Amino acid sequence: MEHIAAVLVDGIIYAAWLFVAAVGMTLIYGVMKIVNITHGSFYALGAYAGASMAGAWLARGYPPMLSYAVLLAAGVVVALVVAPLIERGLLRFMYAKDEVVILLITYALFLVLEDVIKLVWGVDPYFIAEPYGLLGSFEVGSLSYPTYNLILVGLALVSGAGLAWMLNRTRTGKLLRAVIHDPQVSSAMGVNVDRFYLVTFTFGSMLAALGGAFTAPTVSVVPGLGVEVVVLSFAVVVIGGLGSLPGAALGALIVGLVRSLSIHYLPQVELFVIYFVMALVLAVRPRGLFSLAEARKI
Amino acid sequence: MAVILDAQGLQKTFGAVTAASDINVAIEKDSVVGLIGTNGAGKTTFINMITGYLKPDAGSIHFDGHDITALEPREITRLRICRSFQIPQLYQSLTVHGNMMAALGVLLSNAGLGGFFSRGTPLVPGHDAGAEEVAARTLERFGLSAYRDSNAQTLPGGVRKLLDIALTIVAKPRILLLDEPTSGVSADEKFGIMEMVMKVARDEGATVLFVEHDMEIVSRFAQRVLAFYDGRIIADAPPEIALNDPEVRRYVVGGALQRLGQGAGAEHA
Amino acid sequence: MKLDRTQLALIAILVAVAAGGPFLPKWALFLLTIAVAKGLVALGLMLLLRAGLVSFGQALYYCLGAYAAGGIGRAFGISDIFVQMLTGAVVAAFFAWLFGFLLARYRGIFFGLLSLALSMILYGLIVKNEALGSTDGINVLPSTLFGIRPGEATLRYAVALAAVGVAVLAALLVHRYMNTPQGQLAPAIKDNEIRVEYMGASVQQAIHVMYVIAAALAGIGGALAATAVGHIDPDMAYWTSSGEFIFITILAGTGSAIAPFLGAVIFGIIHTVAYDVSPNTWQLTLGLSLLVVIVFLPEGLWSLFKRRAARKAA
Repeated sequence: MEHIAAVLVDGIIYAAWLFVAAVGMTLIYGVMKIVNITHGSFYALGAYAGASMAGAWLARGYPPMLSYAVLLAAGVVVALVVAPLIERGLLRFMYAKDEVVILLITYALFLVLEDVIKLVWGVDPYFIAEPYGLLGSFEVGSLSYPTYNLILVGLALVSGAGLAWMLNRTRTGKLLRAVIHDPQVSSAMGVNVDRFYLVTFTFGSMLAALGGAFTAPTVSVVPGLGVEVVVLSFAVVVIGGLGSLPGAALGALIVGLVRSLSIHYLPQVELFVIYFVMALVLAVRPRGLFSLAEARKI
Repeated sequence: MAVILDAQGLQKTFGAVTAASDINVAIEKDSVVGLIGTNGAGKTTFINMITGYLKPDAGSIHFDGHDITALEPREITRLRICRSFQIPQLYQSLTVHGNMMAALGVLLSNAGLGGFFSRGTPLVPGHDAGAEEVAARTLERFGLSAYRDSNAQTLPGGVRKLLDIALTIVAKPRILLLDEPTSGVSADEKFGIMEMVMKVARDEGATVLFVEHDMEIVSRFAQRVLAFYDGRIIADAPPEIALNDPEVRRYVVGGALQRLGQGAGAEHA
Repeated sequence: MKLDRTQLALIAILVAVAAGGPFLPKWALFLLTIAVAKGLVALGLMLLLRAGLVSFGQALYYCLGAYAAGGIGRAFGISDIFVQMLTGAVVAAFFAWLFGFLLARYRGIFFGLLSLALSMILYGLIVKNEALGSTDGINVLPSTLFGIRPGEATLRYAVALAAVGVAVLAALLVHRYMNTPQGQLAPAIKDNEIRVEYMGASVQQAIHVMYVIAAALAGIGGALAATAVGHIDPDMAYWTSSGEFIFITILAGTGSAIAPFLGAVIFGIIHTVAYDVSPNTWQLTLGLSLLVVIVFLPEGLWSLFKRRAARKAA
């Protein structure tokens, strides 16, 4: 019984992390139809910004409880600065190109940003453990988990619910859905599609950065942090369906639980099984578990 | 005349829409049949079932006595039942000549000709010459030689249609299915294009089925008209009878059309 | 037999390496071998790219080839370089034949993502498996050629020559293939698959064949890399490895069977030089180079050769 509880808690915590890390990618794909590899860079940028800013905050002896706000601010600021630069400075000239070409452009940007991070923050690891242990821990049976993990769960719930509300209940959301369906028609009807793309790219990247920022206290922040996130995000987003918000949540849950199960029962398959599920979904239902219909060709 | 294509009891539904309801048609060799009907009446579904793009829910299609119901489009083409497209399927990045050569290349590839170890110029299957010569001849027959080096994307509508049909013809069809051959073509070009296509089809000895919305084209070129409505064939007769049939007028042609059906016999008597 | 320019160039390259190789420093021969290994993977990618397909997971076959080569060494003590390459090709081709039944139905991003998933599955399998060496990897025996074990001094030259020999042969075959009607199906498929299918060809079968050829080439490349480096590890299957191969293919362009090798050599040079200058900026250099090529030279560097040839003819 306890084992199952452990599997569930581990799975949900990991799923929450995955959701926050991956939802931005599915949002960007859904609106802009681009697969964004720079996503991993924003995660890393958020982690580094969070680690260095929170680290500086704590080193100065400021209230440790506010370090969470610093993490949040770090994620937000780094995305607000870098994302518009990328979108306005380069991507917006490339939208006419083939989707695979745009993917390769974001891959090239990812490579560039990997080194930019090294240049700005150096190659030594950042380690700020204080925010992680500050909130104490909670018990599940005889196992104890740092309460900090609930922040990630909270972040996932807030961002998921917030996006869902925005898409379905606000005017902006309606316009965004119009742009998702047909950018050309939307533009013809007066929607500022350019601005939506900029906002979507920034917001999606911000979510990745926040994921990175709040993960920073739990790991050693080193170069290459974003590399694994990219491919894991692919798995989550593909399983749920590219561009689908509930899909990202489902994908995160599935990957989280599957990984948790394998860690507890058969550790050798931990990585294998995640990508196996990804391949399985692609083989059986390529457009993901929440998929939309496809129009006739001839 | 011998029956070359025999459709029996064809059924096809897409959810709530019945695209084909107990279709029974026997097409005679060397005939020219016009398919008319409003959009969604089932004409294109019928063609798609013949060419294997769709599989009927029930019923069968026989070609020269062989059951072709379950075959894939490429197998149907290899049996020399070929179709042209409502929206011309051209190689967008190539010139007219390039399109011809690419299409002929596929034919060569199908027959395994011009492979790794061969020398010299292989003959295109069904023709007595190599690719370059067949391409030049075909462009000539369709009056496309002037456009030889023009890129497919720059071609006017009528020329695109002709090229699409020319690409279909080089596969040496015994049955030629034309899906709205004059749609999107300007009024002054329509008859010219149809004349040219029909001449080539006749010279090739192909049986022709064509889908059309233009009733003048239908009455001029078809020997027999199949009128579709709601997945059923509501008329099967020579154009002068079919086009004046009250049901056809009501559901397909529209009441305003006067006295059609003259001249069809003269084309193909 | 009349040879065209590409064939002449390939033979000339082989002769040049055979003659000049002994005078090259060992590090140059090593880089050449690695460039050839990666170039072979890129050659296969190029075949697929001509048909409009980008595989995000060619590293799968590169890694399979490497582990196959290393495996026969560990299990049977076989170290003949040609057997290693052949084994790599066969193992890779077998799996590509299997996976191809599924993959050949996919296009665009989905083809890419499924191929990525498959490569990451292999990565995951190896990484967590002590028996397969896990993250430490496995050491590979130095190669022998036709039963002869080259001495320390000549090993690099022998391996490089064998590599270039096999690569030239592969390039000649691919070049020939590209000019047959079967080979010409690829650009037709990329342009209008429906038209190809309705001319009577099986698009799926054509893609399946290309996928298997590409995998075999990658398998040979992996085996070569294994013996040149002397060590194999699961990173060879990681997505960043696939990214490198795609980079090389894009850099080179799809114009000729020589192009992928040119791209691999240039990639090797950029990597080495940039890394020497500053280890923390070589990825930046790569990224910027890729951007420049995508934006200004979408047909790859080879298009520069084509333009020059066109101007000369004019």
